Amino acid sequence: MSTRDFKATRRQFMQGGAAGAALSTFARPLTAQEQAVPLDKYEAEYFEDAEWAFVMAATARLIPSDGDGPGAIDARVPVFIDRQMAGEFGQAATWYMEGPHDAGANPNFGYQSPLTPAEVYRGGIKAFDTWCQNELGGAFVDLDADNQDAALTALDSGDVPLDPELRDFFDLLLQNTKEGYFADPRYGGNHGMAAWVYIGFPGARANFLEWTDPSKDNVPYPLGPVSIAGERA
Amino acid sequence: MAREEKRRDVVIVGLGWTGSILGMELTSEGLDVLALERGGDRDTVPDFQYPDVADELKYGVRYGFMQKPKNSTLTVRHNTDETALPYRHLGSFLPGDGVGGAGIHWNGHTWRPMKEELRLKSYVEEEFGADIIPDDMTIQDWGVTYEELEPYFDRFEYMCGISGQAGNINGKVIEGGNPFEAPRARDFPMPPLAQTLNGRMFKEAAEKMGLHPFPRPAANASEAYVNEYGMQLGPCNYCGFCERFGCLNYSKSSPQTCILDALKRRDNFSYRTHCEVLKVEKSEDGKTATGVTYWDEEAGEEVFQPADLVILAAYQLHNVHLMLLSDLGEPYDPATGEGVTGKNYAYQMTGGTSLFFEDINFNPFVGAGSNGYCIDDYAINQIDFAAEGFIGGSYISAAQYNGQPIRSMRLPGDVPKWGAGWKTGIKDWYGHSMSIGSHGSNMSYRDCYLALDPTYKDQHGRPLMQLTFDWKDNDIRMTQFMRRQIEPIAESMNPTSWASGYKKEGAQYDVRPYQTTHNVGGTIMGDDPKSSVLNRYLQCWDTHNVFAMGAGAFPQNIQYNPTGAVGALAYWAADAIRKDYLPNPRPLV
Repeated sequence: MSTRDFKATRRQFMQGGAAGAALSTFARPLTAQEQAVPLDKYEAEYFEDAEWAFVMAATARLIPSDGDGPGAIDARVPVFIDRQMAGEFGQAATWYMEGPHDAGANPNFGYQSPLTPAEVYRGGIKAFDTWCQNELGGAFVDLDADNQDAALTALDSGDVPLDPELRDFFDLLLQNTKEGYFADPRYGGNHGMAAWVYIGFPGARANFLEWTDPSKDNVPYPLGPVSIAGERA
Repeated sequence: MAREEKRRDVVIVGLGWTGSILGMELTSEGLDVLALERGGDRDTVPDFQYPDVADELKYGVRYGFMQKPKNSTLTVRHNTDETALPYRHLGSFLPGDGVGGAGIHWNGHTWRPMKEELRLKSYVEEEFGADIIPDDMTIQDWGVTYEELEPYFDRFEYMCGISGQAGNINGKVIEGGNPFEAPRARDFPMPPLAQTLNGRMFKEAAEKMGLHPFPRPAANASEAYVNEYGMQLGPCNYCGFCERFGCLNYSKSSPQTCILDALKRRDNFSYRTHCEVLKVEKSEDGKTATGVTYWDEEAGEEVFQPADLVILAAYQLHNVHLMLLSDLGEPYDPATGEGVTGKNYAYQMTGGTSLFFEDINFNPFVGAGSNGYCIDDYAINQIDFAAEGFIGGSYISAAQYNGQPIRSMRLPGDVPKWGAGWKTGIKDWYGHSMSIGSHGSNMSYRDCYLALDPTYKDQHGRPLMQLTFDWKDNDIRMTQFMRRQIEPIAESMNPTSWASGYKKEGAQYDVRPYQTTHNVGGTIMGDDPKSSVLNRYLQCWDTHNVFAMGAGAFPQNIQYNPTGAVGALAYWAADAIRKDYLPNPRPLV
């Protein structure tokens, strides 16, 4: 993660003199997030062991850790997805789920599966792993990174035959991965707000009137993010 | 047997913008007014308070303030040959629920329709000839003119507290405002919002091309303001949590910030939450309503609420549903063209061009719901429909609402949607893009309508409402025309790259991506009971003590966001009820 931009702009910011007091607490250490249980010790609420291993491996390819910026594993995206599946979203608690269902309908009509998102993960992982076994010679978690990418590409492009009620599996997985990367850390992902730091989103600061002034045009905002719980990064 | 409550003078169904306005107006007459709201209660504190509301996942992505489809939804199909399927989770449009309704989670774009839009059919016939109207297009006049509504637009804008710049005061064109708008009696109550870099860049580019940019009229206060009810707004702080959120700052106009605390202080007003109205009950001769039956969630029983006057003030879709379920007006039949209730559903046609600038940082999280500059140079009263081959128009705008990264991550087309390339792309381009959008009209058609679904039921065992809708060539030609206007403006700004998204020929309506919550029609107003559900005062032609508020009254959609017209019509109807109906209850036309 880059601190280079921050140093340059912090100097400008201090010279400007606005809200300098805010910087005094800027480096306050993280608390709850730092104490999070290591991922290999995490006990999933929804996923079974093999499913959890899949979610760890798949999200690690969707947002890889190498290069600049955190990957899905660094951001603890799998924890986010597990909690979402155990909760209201995974259980489709607010969705209209009455039948009859036409899971193979024109996709323009949206989600039409009789299964909840959590059930789509369960069935989707199983079907996808079977396909990986048949086509690539191993379950997804046992493939090398290139073959995992190839398998996910096939899944994304609809080249992995799935029953119609599972057809939204990849879209759910990718959407939930990005949600876990960027959502407030209270949901288990975006650990240390690292994804926000990486792109320069200040989180829940929610007060920027002076930044509409033309003197701030093209000046990167200098303060790091805060979470809803008040943590800073 | 339903429990029966004490008779009221007025029962209002739904406590959003129009229910709140009618509550104020009718309690001012000394009437005993009860509002029934199917959702929960909501207020700035605790429901919108900082920091809890600054939660993109909960409210922006999981729709925390919106209707839950489990409790209420509809079915959708493209044409009468298809089987409609339920809108099982939200996407394309986001009805609100709870006190304040969609009036809490809107952005605050507050427009008046063009005067030509309020008599669109007559305008087209007079200017271009009736033969340019396609056979299946069912546009109509509203039955009320801009001139009649002007005082009510004004009243709504001053009640709401709108920040903006007038372009035409009593016929005098004002520099910096919209020169194509209809005359207004006075300027907006507050000056325009501050603007962000993207908007200023668009303004400069548009001016260089000889166009006429002006700041968008905003229900986000640019300064401290007190309205006619003594309600106070504070200046917007550009927090970037407007669309889909309640305002943490008492800046965005909503029923909560502008009306409800004043209304709740009145002894002759009361409201009940978690009370969903199931049906409007009619007298034996069918000419009047006797009250409403609702489901009391807490008691777990049906209740009959007798009332002398019934105001339907739910969201457009729910007003239409309730009227269909209650035999208010004859249901529309697309095969014969007969009947009126459910007729002329219309949506909104939008498109946009994204611009990417490698050397410019826009700080995209610095945003307000309705900041930005607009042009109306391609508005409905500026286009030669006969020459261009379509009826309609758009306003074009550049604005910065928020930089919430799950929903607002615009990326150039060569960035992959996942993997290492995506991760590089979000670093490179978050903060480096802006967009120019087109927000346009949608005409009404013979086979775009609302009815009761034959298969699917709601939690009360009532048929769901069925929407039949698809895009039509006329409206696609309109949006492609806007693409041809916007792309040269975008190119003139010298972005590193740009990409366009406009519906193309053959595009089908897709319920998945968010488009707008500007559903209109179904309870259309007009001057003839054969072709409208409501008369010009929003009174049911067939049942004179039932009035229906909201965008259901629009006979086709306007090119603007509907709330300004919805608010003005509510004040217009309230005035007719106060001055003309109450002294002598009867059909007003």
